[in-house]
Amino acid sequence: MITIIEVRNLIKRFGHKQVLRKLNFSVQQGEFVALLGSNGAGKTTLLRTLSSLSKPNYGEIQIAGYYLPGQSAQVRKKLGVVSHLPLLYGDLNAEENLKFYGRLYGLSDFQNHIEEILQLVGLLKRKKDLVRTFSRGMQQRLAIGRAIIHDPEVLLLDEPHTGLDQDAANMLDTLLQEIASRGRTVVMTSHDFPRVANLATRFDVLYKGIIHSSKFAKDLPQHGLLAYYQSIVDEIDAGGENQDAA
Amino acid sequence: MQPKTSFFKAMFAVVWKDLIAELRGKELISAMLVFALLVIFIFNFALELDPKTRSALTAGILWVTIIFAGNLGLNRSMAVEKDRGCLDGLLLAPVDRTAIYFGKSIANWIFMLIVAMIVLPIYSILYNTNIISPALLLVILLGSEGYVAIGTLLASMAVQARTRDILLPILLFPVILPVLIAAVKASAGILSGFPFSDLQTWFNLLIVYDIIFTSVAFMVFDSVVEE
Repeated sequence: MITIIEVRNLIKRFGHKQVLRKLNFSVQQGEFVALLGSNGAGKTTLLRTLSSLSKPNYGEIQIAGYYLPGQSAQVRKKLGVVSHLPLLYGDLNAEENLKFYGRLYGLSDFQNHIEEILQLVGLLKRKKDLVRTFSRGMQQRLAIGRAIIHDPEVLLLDEPHTGLDQDAANMLDTLLQEIASRGRTVVMTSHDFPRVANLATRFDVLYKGIIHSSKFAKDLPQHGLLAYYQSIVDEIDAGGENQDAA
Repeated sequence: MQPKTSFFKAMFAVVWKDLIAELRGKELISAMLVFALLVIFIFNFALELDPKTRSALTAGILWVTIIFAGNLGLNRSMAVEKDRGCLDGLLLAPVDRTAIYFGKSIANWIFMLIVAMIVLPIYSILYNTNIISPALLLVILLGSEGYVAIGTLLASMAVQARTRDILLPILLFPVILPVLIAAVKASAGILSGFPFSDLQTWFNLLIVYDIIFTSVAFMVFDSVVEE
């Protein structure tokens, strides 16, 4: 297995507040990792740091063989990022949004590729419609299309289900499974445990800026993901720290 | 497909995106234009000047109008990126981030020039004096370039703050004072019929400030947008 993300001793502070505290994290190529944690655990900060939007204060980050922050442009080429905001322009239609991002990523002659992406995310028939007329679920699917327009090796998703209704969330899950089945590495943050339980192949618990535990889906205890997470958090709060290796 | 990102390709992509979005939404230009026209009308009715005094004040009124309307445009242009998280989308592109700055700057410059091109004939009609001349257009071209060069940079900074609407003019107006003085002096000279040689100093100053502001923005934009 090839390690595609390697993070060592990552520290990120905002003023005096240390959000990531000597965090260590690694992901193998093709894995679908769910980062579990409550609000304020540092999930978004970790993904923003991995995606080069936020500079680390200390530590080493290597993604697809390139280091951050020194080789951020090369790293960004390898990444697709989806956040709870769609990062789309409401006054452009679906096709124009993808065209714009395609150009930013240096793609050329990519009309057919755009059609393929729109087909994949189920929006081919709405390609000429302005994004501001889309529902939240459609916008989020197009956001995934935007994130994979340049065929990235790694997909980072920050709470992608936020604000979606049940049907839209199910459609998003199907799309993510389809993307993962194509061999892409996916790292997703979530606190929606029942949903990620069916998606990810590995579950890491991020609590108070440190990854405390990592379990493969097949090794999860019978009582489920929520109980596993709760047991780790209770253990930490009680003073111990579970440091299982993945 | 050839995944090779070119600086100019990314820059023109940003310009294209801003122009298309504005063509559809018409948020920026309409707000700037309405504001500019209101300022001209208010000056016209509030001052009630005789023709001689009025012609002496034309350059000042014109530039105050352009600068204030431009401030609205700069604020809105970056707010649109920030509010939907699109600034992150731009910053995630594997391209020199100054390409994004130049793209936004060029689009803002085009919007300002469009507004100025509409304001000039309206001003001429309202004040019953023809102020449109190639030399004045050149001053507007140079003055607005300096303004958007530093304005786009400061707007990218201010947009991170909750008080961005107030913060931008507070940061911007003191900095653009030299450009404003040079533009007003050059415009006043042109409208008074002075020969170009008498105004060369102001043109030189405008060009120098355009170069300085653009260079400073080129050097620091990456740090300004970084978290």
